[in-house]
Amino acid sequence: MPMLIKVDGDQAVLVDDGFVLLGEEDPAPDGADVIVSLARFQSEGDSLMACGRRVGVRLQPSEEAEALAYDLPRLAVVELRFDKFRDGRPYSNAVLLRQRYGYAGELRAVGDVLREQAQFMLRCGFDAFAPSDGSGPQDWITATRRYRHVYQAGADHRTPIYVERAAAKADGVAKEELEHGL
Amino acid sequence: MYRYDTYDKAMLTDRSNEFRHQVARRLAGEITEDQFKPLRLMNGLYLQLHAYMLRIAIPYGTLSTRQLRRLAWVARTYDKGYGHFTTRTNLQLHWIKLRDAPDVMDALAEVDLHGIQTSGNCIRNVTADPYAGATADEVDDPRVWAEVIRQWSTVHPEFSYLPRKFKIAVTASAKDRTAARSYDIGLQLRRDREGQLSFEVMVGGGQGRTPYLAKTIREHLPADRLLSYLDAIIRVYNRKSRRDNIHKQRIKILVATLGQEEFARQVEAEWAKIEAGTVDLPDTELARIRGAFRPRAFETLASASKAFEAAKADLAFARFARHNVKPHKVAGYAIVDVSLKAPGETPGDCSSEQMEALADLADRHSFGEVRVNYTQNLVLPHVKLDDLPELYAGLKAVGLATSNIDLVSDIIACPGLDYCSLANARAIPVAQAIALRFADPERAETIGELKIKISGCINACGHHHLGNIGILGVDKKGEEFYQLSLGGSGDNDASLAEILGPAVHFSRTPEAVDALVDTYLSHRRDGERFLDTYRRIGLKPFKEAVYANAD
Repeated sequence: MPMLIKVDGDQAVLVDDGFVLLGEEDPAPDGADVIVSLARFQSEGDSLMACGRRVGVRLQPSEEAEALAYDLPRLAVVELRFDKFRDGRPYSNAVLLRQRYGYAGELRAVGDVLREQAQFMLRCGFDAFAPSDGSGPQDWITATRRYRHVYQAGADHRTPIYVERAAAKADGVAKEELEHGL
Repeated sequence: MYRYDTYDKAMLTDRSNEFRHQVARRLAGEITEDQFKPLRLMNGLYLQLHAYMLRIAIPYGTLSTRQLRRLAWVARTYDKGYGHFTTRTNLQLHWIKLRDAPDVMDALAEVDLHGIQTSGNCIRNVTADPYAGATADEVDDPRVWAEVIRQWSTVHPEFSYLPRKFKIAVTASAKDRTAARSYDIGLQLRRDREGQLSFEVMVGGGQGRTPYLAKTIREHLPADRLLSYLDAIIRVYNRKSRRDNIHKQRIKILVATLGQEEFARQVEAEWAKIEAGTVDLPDTELARIRGAFRPRAFETLASASKAFEAAKADLAFARFARHNVKPHKVAGYAIVDVSLKAPGETPGDCSSEQMEALADLADRHSFGEVRVNYTQNLVLPHVKLDDLPELYAGLKAVGLATSNIDLVSDIIACPGLDYCSLANARAIPVAQAIALRFADPERAETIGELKIKISGCINACGHHHLGNIGILGVDKKGEEFYQLSLGGSGDNDASLAEILGPAVHFSRTPEAVDALVDTYLSHRRDGERFLDTYRRIGLKPFKEAVYANAD
């Protein structure tokens, strides 16, 4: 069974994928959790789910997160495919799924997924990865620690620098007041 | 000036460490060149004809003298003792070794400099008015907003793999000195009727093979909502742009395809969905950044200077005063343009010795601050009129007192085929030959304002579409030919130049420019610049003059 890197906070582990990726014509194996294309989900999603299995959807770079907006709570996983690592569209889809539509389930990066882009993916809200460069959990953990600070608020809920600055300043003022016995 | 705090410095250190790690992996063969290329590009490292080129960001064209001295040291230690200032106000070093690059990055990071996002399909180094903080006609210091954009766009999680490169220029002055209409986004800051700062947002300008001037999609954007609006524009671009043809992936193509109104509608719809407070900076942070650009401690001086007036008895100094000295917002001070266009030299090149001399002069006469102008010249923004004769002598001693700002020999030229792997023809020797032909300062002064811009290929780094005379190098069966075009402007009266006719041979290009200049002189009316005469009489007389004797 294919393996997947799952990242949670500063922990990363290798896990079994657990889902079967179905082609357009493939029958769904009995009882198996499946991932299907957007088109197949839109035509067969209800019947697939009616069998009690978990269902996920794979979005291609040209497909938009909006198409899933009303189905998200029913999905076990959303996969965003990178055709080429240089194609930045899945980043926007990830941000919208997490921040605009409040998707809280597993968000996978699949396709041309390289450790060098790990930090961008993590910051956009991806939490599961099927890398194509042979990288392992330790490489993805290294990526999460590469930058001690970040300038932007992201889907990963890291504290942006402008908030850190304000907090440090307030802290400094408080210390000063303490030292001066105010 | 904005000084990097512990957070800004940590970003540079972490970036530098990351890049060192990536270079090591590349040198060990652990990643392919295809995978490495965007990583090195986003750190400013290009593979050129002869060596690696490092493009160092000079955010909004502002340099401290400490930074300028470090650039001089880096150029001397790791390169051939000179650097090339570009039309994007960056500095390029053309002879860097890949294995030295991480050390160069560290040396730059010590003085808050870097090559981050000077290349690659990401948000590039932001440019601003080179006279910021010194000119009387600005409503705010545009560098405040350029710094806001710099921080927001640095290592941006969503916008680091855009369809193509993305460039933003900011101006806060009625007179545009950034060529804002030729940018992916041009931002013009004004005060609205209620006195609030607001941006006119222009989108979809660009040069290259399909030049467009940017279209205004919003007249009044409240300044404190800038980042969320940029977020909306770039998200629409990232999602909707073509990605199947590299020549059609700039935002200018998307804006032209959708139409200005439909593009604006999509941006407004996206913007309306962005949750307030998730992207825009709080007022306290805007105020912190603004505080870094508060006015210098200027002295109270008389508006006229006896020393300055007396020195004009020297005709050469008087010429310098006419062309390179501009009014300052504070009485008794001036803005001084430092030309990097001495006839016969490479436009935009500056030696380590010149950088160091200029740093000393800036410490003595300009609050330790130097600016880079997109015209490939430098600026000392705050000089006392009384100091001008001494400054002039200091500049002259190192070959930096050329008095030709906006004149015929103040030519913009890209590195061209002398350095660049994309070029079809050389640009530098053409610029040198034209400048030498017009080296007589009196003749140049008679001709008046004339902006010549030369690119060695259709990517248009030399801004030929915006030249009063634009010159584009083309390759015809292994020989260098140059296509001439007329009537371009990057200023408030922005326009794209029109092609004159068949390209002329390298050897004939300077005389063709001479014929264009003679045509202008014979037709011009009182007070007309070359551009004005061209706009009045059109292409025909110029065409006849250039091709009359052609075979």
